[in-house]
Order: sequence, then structure tokens, then C-alpha cells
Amino acid sequence: MRINTLFYCLWQGFKNIFRNKWFTLASVATISACLFLFGLLYSILTNFEHIVKNAEQKMTVSAMLELGLSDDRINEIRMAISRRDEVKEVEFVSAEDTWQQFASEHEWDTSLFTENPLEDCDHFNIYMKDVSMQPTLVAYLETIEGVDHVNQSALTAKTLTGVNAIISFVSVGIVVILFFVSIFLISNTVTIGIQVRKEEIQIMKYIGATDFFARAPFVIEGMLIGLIGSFIPLIAIYFIYNEAIIFVAGSFPFLSLLIQFIPVEEIFKILTPICIGIGVGIGFIGSFTTVRKHLSV
Amino acid sequence: MRSTAAKKRVNANAPIISLEHVSKAYTVDTGGKGIPALNDVNLHINKGEFVFIVGDSGSGKSTLIKLLLRELLPTSGRIVVNGTDVVRLRRRQIPKFRRNMGVVFQDFRLLKDRNVYENVAFAQRIIQMPGREIRKNVPSMLSTVGLAGKYKARPKQLSGGEQQRVALARALVNKPLILLADEPTGNLDPKNSWEIMNLLEKINSNGTTILVVTHNREIVNAMQKRVITMKKGVIVSDEEKGGYIDED
Repeated sequence: MRINTLFYCLWQGFKNIFRNKWFTLASVATISACLFLFGLLYSILTNFEHIVKNAEQKMTVSAMLELGLSDDRINEIRMAISRRDEVKEVEFVSAEDTWQQFASEHEWDTSLFTENPLEDCDHFNIYMKDVSMQPTLVAYLETIEGVDHVNQSALTAKTLTGVNAIISFVSVGIVVILFFVSIFLISNTVTIGIQVRKEEIQIMKYIGATDFFARAPFVIEGMLIGLIGSFIPLIAIYFIYNEAIIFVAGSFPFLSLLIQFIPVEEIFKILTPICIGIGVGIGFIGSFTTVRKHLSV
Repeated sequence: MRSTAAKKRVNANAPIISLEHVSKAYTVDTGGKGIPALNDVNLHINKGEFVFIVGDSGSGKSTLIKLLLRELLPTSGRIVVNGTDVVRLRRRQIPKFRRNMGVVFQDFRLLKDRNVYENVAFAQRIIQMPGREIRKNVPSMLSTVGLAGKYKARPKQLSGGEQQRVALARALVNKPLILLADEPTGNLDPKNSWEIMNLLEKINSNGTTILVVTHNREIVNAMQKRVITMKKGVIVSDEEKGGYIDED
């Protein structure tokens, strides 16, 4: 193929966008609306998941040690716990540290005490990779020689595991449904737009145009519409997301202590390729398949 | 192998269009044998001929044009156009085959969102003609059809006759050996109809084979060309310097 034929097809695809203003507008609006909802929901659900993950990571299991263990034995236990798959981090807290922390939290004067009332409180705080692994870890810790007992919050772990599962389930469900609704709506709009111009394709074919020559401008047009249609919601979501973070931080400062939003850049690292992929992909597939129906002239 | 067989050159005296025992039946959803549109048609048209094909609606004229354009395949029989066995053409060979034929329709079928120049240039772009050739050929063809001054106009700004002349220019700009015209004067007034027919005659005098499907009795009778009359899918008359045969 001549290079100027390729440029001609590209140029015609670009010009088609302006030739068929109403079709372009309708298609871009449909794509933008679908991807806007998709992007918004993705941002909300990702943040929700992030909040739950954060809460999970702050959850610890405390392995309380027997009184009078040697430093070597304590180190052995630490090594054994660290090697477990469930474990993200192990932190040793001595009985002295525990007492100091307790006294400070309750504003007690430790000088009034001649002995450490929490002398049997040497323990490990263990952070897990996944809170759903807590029962397995606890079962293991209870078998270790030198561990007196294990403190855990089974209810919190169960709740967090449950919430996490629901969020994953709901987000996957909604995103999948919205994805297919978007595909259906967008390809329908593209299809209707091309259906109206089937005569144009037939004329090209009667004159002796190859399938490629007849199809290329429409496919390029579809992809460009998809690209424009995906950029608009991305820009909108970018600003809305940033504004929402600023608004929450300004209006509800206490929430900022509890909730840490994912930075917009992190969200867009994934959202941008997904939206552009959906927009351009559907523009391509929609126009390619619709034009094919009219090529058999 | 198939491509070589499909594109077999014939000698210079062979007909440029040849149909041998061609039948075409449209299949119907309800089953059965299908509705016959052409029935055992034999037809030979030589290079440089000007032929009218006349007949009532449903006589098979449009089916004949569609078969020649390879828009349809015959149910049986052999069709050879310019040395190419149309039935054996592969799908990807069809575009190249059609470039040897110009085609004009009753409803003009111009690209409405492009101007006159672009409509004609489009046919040249399809055959990947270099830009400088397009810039030379298109104005020349527009002059031939008398539209040199209207190259910037859009189809809707032109009269029916002018639109048909654009369609003619588009059909002829690639210098086809055959021009198929399906009711070219069907949407035109008598004056414009005659202008188009005069143009076709002029094009024919340069060696292009012309096949015109028409209902226009006055033109057929006046032009004294070969007239093939069809009725219910069969050729009922084929006369040199013939006229329009009335029904009944």
C-alpha cells in the first residue's frame, strides 16, 4: 500500500469526526458517561478497599511469653514466628516497655511502684499480611514452647475479613456489570452511526475499494471517538477526586485521621490505561464489526 | 491456481461480456426452489458496443447488472467479463475486477459530504493513483462532463442532471473498459436525460463498451442502438438498431 493511501485513510477518519458531528457527539457522550461512572466507581471502591487494608495492617496478634525466658530463647521464638507465611512484621515489646506505655497512657507515676506490676508481659506484637490468616497463626503460636498465651481480637478479624470479602465481591460485580453495560451502549452507538452511513460503504465497494480502504476511515473514526470519549471522564474524575480529598480534609478533619485516601496519581496509574483501553478498544471493535456487515457488496 | 484460471485473457475478437446459460434464483426463507430472476440467459456483447437492456420491472435487468458487478453469483452458468471468469473470482479479487468497470445508478450514489472534486477523485484514490495524476485527471474529466466550474459544489447544491454527470465522471475517471448504467435517466427530466445520453454516446465513441438498463422508450427508440429486451428472466428479443418493444 502506498504511504499516501495510508495517510488518506487516516485523514478521512479524522475528517469523518467533523463530517458527522451529531454522531460524534452522541458517541463521545455515551462513552464519556459510561467511563465516567466506571472511573468514579473504581476510585470509590479502590479507596474503600484501601481503608480496609489499612485497618487490617494495623491489626496485631500478641504472643505473651512465659516469665523468665532467656534472651536466646526469645530470639529463637522471634525467628520462628518471622519465618511464617502469615507474618508481615514481628515486634518484641519487653515487660518494662509495656509498663511504661501503660503508665503513660493512664498518666500514672511509675516512681510510686517499686516493682513492675506487668513483669509477666514480655510479648511479641505480630502484624499479619492478611487478617484472614489470623486463626492459622494463632493456632501455631499456641504450640510454641515459651508462649504462655495469645491475645487476639477474633471478632475484629472476622469482621474485617467479611467486609473485605464483601467489598471485593461487590466491586468486581459492579465493575463487571458496568463494563458490559458500557460495551453494549458504546458499541450500539457506534453501530447506529455507521448503519446510517452504510450507503457510503456500498458506494466505495461498487467503485472497487478494497475492504481495507472502505473500512479504515470508519475504524480510525471509531478509535478517535473512543479516545476522546475516554479522555473527558479521566480529566473530570481527576479534578473531582482531588477536590473531594481537599473537601473531606477541610470539612471533616477527624476523618483524615481515620481515612487515608489513595493519591490520585496511584488511582490514575491503573484507571488511565483501563479507560483508554475500553474507549479505543470498543471504538475499534464496534466500527470494525459494523462495517464488516456492509462490506459484502 | 484459481486466480490464474479466473483471469484468463481471451483473444481480441472475443466478446467483452459473455453470459452462457446463466440462471439466477433468489432463495426464499420458506424453502422450495427459490424465485427465478434469470433463466438460462445467453448473451454476448463485443468491445465498443452500446447496448440498451429494456424490460418491465421484475424482468431481470437489475439482476443482470448485479451479476456483472459480481454483487451476486449465478445459480448456474458462466459469466466472463473482460476475460475474467466472474464466478470463479475470489472475494479479495473483486475490488480489482470492479475497477475495470464504471457504474452509474439511477439515484447517483454520490458521497454527500464531499464536494464534486472529491467524489471524482475518490475513484482515483481507490486505485492508489499518485496525487499529481489525480490533480490532472479529475479536472480533465470534470471538463468532459461539463462541470469544470462546479468542482467545489456539494451534491445537494447540484441539479439531478449535474449529479448524474458527477457520477459519470466518477465512473469514467479510471478509464474503464465497460460502463454499466442502471436507469441513468430514471430521475431526470427529458432535457437532462438527453444530455446524459449524449455524453454516454460520446464516451462510447472513444471505445468504451456501454450497457444501459432503462425504461426510457423515447431515448431507446431515438438512438437506434442494440436493444436487448427481457421478460420474466429471459431474453425475448435482441436487435441491432432496435426499439422499445411494447408489452403484450
